[in-house]
Amino acid sequence: MARMKFLCDAERCIDCNACVTACKNENEVPWGINRRRVVTINDGKPGERSVSMACMHCTDPPCAAVCPVECIFPTADGIVLHNKDLCIGCGYCFYACPFGAPQYPQVSNFGSRGKMDKCTYCAGGGGPEAPGSAEEFAKYGSDRFGAGKLPMCAEMCSTKSLLAGDGDVIGQIYKDRVDQRGYGSGAWGWLTAYHEDVQV
Amino acid sequence: MRGCSATVGKEPRGKRSLAIFPAHFRLAIVALMLLAIAGAIPAAAQQLAPDGAPNPTASGVNQQTLLQAAPRIEGYIDIPDTKARVLVQPAGRTWDHFHEVTLRWFGAIVIIGMIAALGAAYLIVGRLRISAGRSGKKVPRFTAFERFSHWLTAVSFVTLGLTGLNITFGKILLLPVIGPDAFSSLSQAAKYIHNFTSFAFVIGLVLIVAMWFKDNIPRKVDIDWLKQGGGFIKSKHAPAGRFNAGEKAVFWLVIFAGVAVTASGFLLLFPFYVTNILGMQVAQVVHAVIALLFVAVIIAHIYIGTLGMEGAFEAMGTGEVDLNWAKEHHDLWLQDQLAKEHHPVRRAAPAE
Repeated sequence: MARMKFLCDAERCIDCNACVTACKNENEVPWGINRRRVVTINDGKPGERSVSMACMHCTDPPCAAVCPVECIFPTADGIVLHNKDLCIGCGYCFYACPFGAPQYPQVSNFGSRGKMDKCTYCAGGGGPEAPGSAEEFAKYGSDRFGAGKLPMCAEMCSTKSLLAGDGDVIGQIYKDRVDQRGYGSGAWGWLTAYHEDVQV
Repeated sequence: MRGCSATVGKEPRGKRSLAIFPAHFRLAIVALMLLAIAGAIPAAAQQLAPDGAPNPTASGVNQQTLLQAAPRIEGYIDIPDTKARVLVQPAGRTWDHFHEVTLRWFGAIVIIGMIAALGAAYLIVGRLRISAGRSGKKVPRFTAFERFSHWLTAVSFVTLGLTGLNITFGKILLLPVIGPDAFSSLSQAAKYIHNFTSFAFVIGLVLIVAMWFKDNIPRKVDIDWLKQGGGFIKSKHAPAGRFNAGEKAVFWLVIFAGVAVTASGFLLLFPFYVTNILGMQVAQVVHAVIALLFVAVIIAHIYIGTLGMEGAFEAMGTGEVDLNWAKEHHDLWLQDQLAKEHHPVRRAAPAE
């Protein structure tokens, strides 16, 4: 089975935030929740790079390991999903996540967090709801993956900077690009997320 | 710029300044050309793409270099959420390892070790009896308000301890027994109980400090008490004031651990209000490590106050202790109490 990954080619990212908008629209993500974001390194300086980042769907996901109620788990495709029925909003997955992916709605006083929300790779939720159902959509968003489609953010990327799909395939695409143009700042987050880098 | 300022600043307006201007202008051009040549040297050394195009990434950032220079990569983001500026923080995996492996072993060793040590103490030393037996006469030791403050702190501490331990050990010990749905509901309730009980604990801690600070200042008699082996040698009893060195040690441990768990706890209760991701991770490490040591110390405190010593619990129970217990464990304090009261023995006499 294919191992699903994300890869952001920073040489192509133009910080247009179309991926962010596509994600919010596709999954009807509530205000204040940012499943995907674009971070610009060295903003305004020579050599600045923008990187689109969301849940990287890590190998050996630290969020799943640290979750005190074990509500986060990787699927057979390597997609990290979670069950909002079990989540207690403790916030530990955010401390463990190398990419700042988990998001929490503010539900009450202090810094009290509601049920965690994060990128689902547009693959619905990890709860008991039927795949593709209205209940699942309300809690987790779209199940494009179940319909054989890739995440909306990558599909919408105007410069094809953000790639989603089988890790071997998108890794090869990136490698070919680097070979052809002669440079590349690396597959951002891959070493931390997948314990392996794209060798270029 | 130099030519320009010379023209405007130093030279008077007129023919002379017009005549001299081209000379300055030529100088500026030469300077610019020199700068251009200097700038072109690194450009020539720059890597070129296979098609001969210049490499626009030569001055670009690279994640390996960035991660070698700093523990995490941060940048600019269009949304006001400052914590979202962190792009990659590999320390998350380190913290995960701490929480799942280090902390669990540390906690298990500290708590099981303490229980084992107390079990051994009970088997070897046994319950410390009142050597002279009960006199039947009572001496007031703690006022109702002192006992209220103690039990406020105690009940909130046990509540915080159990709900806190659930976060670290619940999924191993409780989850397999009661199932994911029940365990999740329980943990959700435990989270809120933990958050709100913290305030009661802090109030109790403040009251304890205010009431007992004076009597817990270390004195010379404490050194003698320690030299004589404290309360652990049955044959003799070392002199002690209102609190002996052992009790003073518990007091100061409670104060320091209490302040540490409170400070780190409020950082966790108000996430990212004053600190960044590293600060949150450090706060959690401090909170968990200190809290586990705190639990171990309090287990020992509970043992000594109940099972470990005859006549100790009633001090915090009814507030009155047996005269012989006071003589053996707090002789100097008893002398003061008796001196203060006019008819101490008669007042405390039982209605026999």
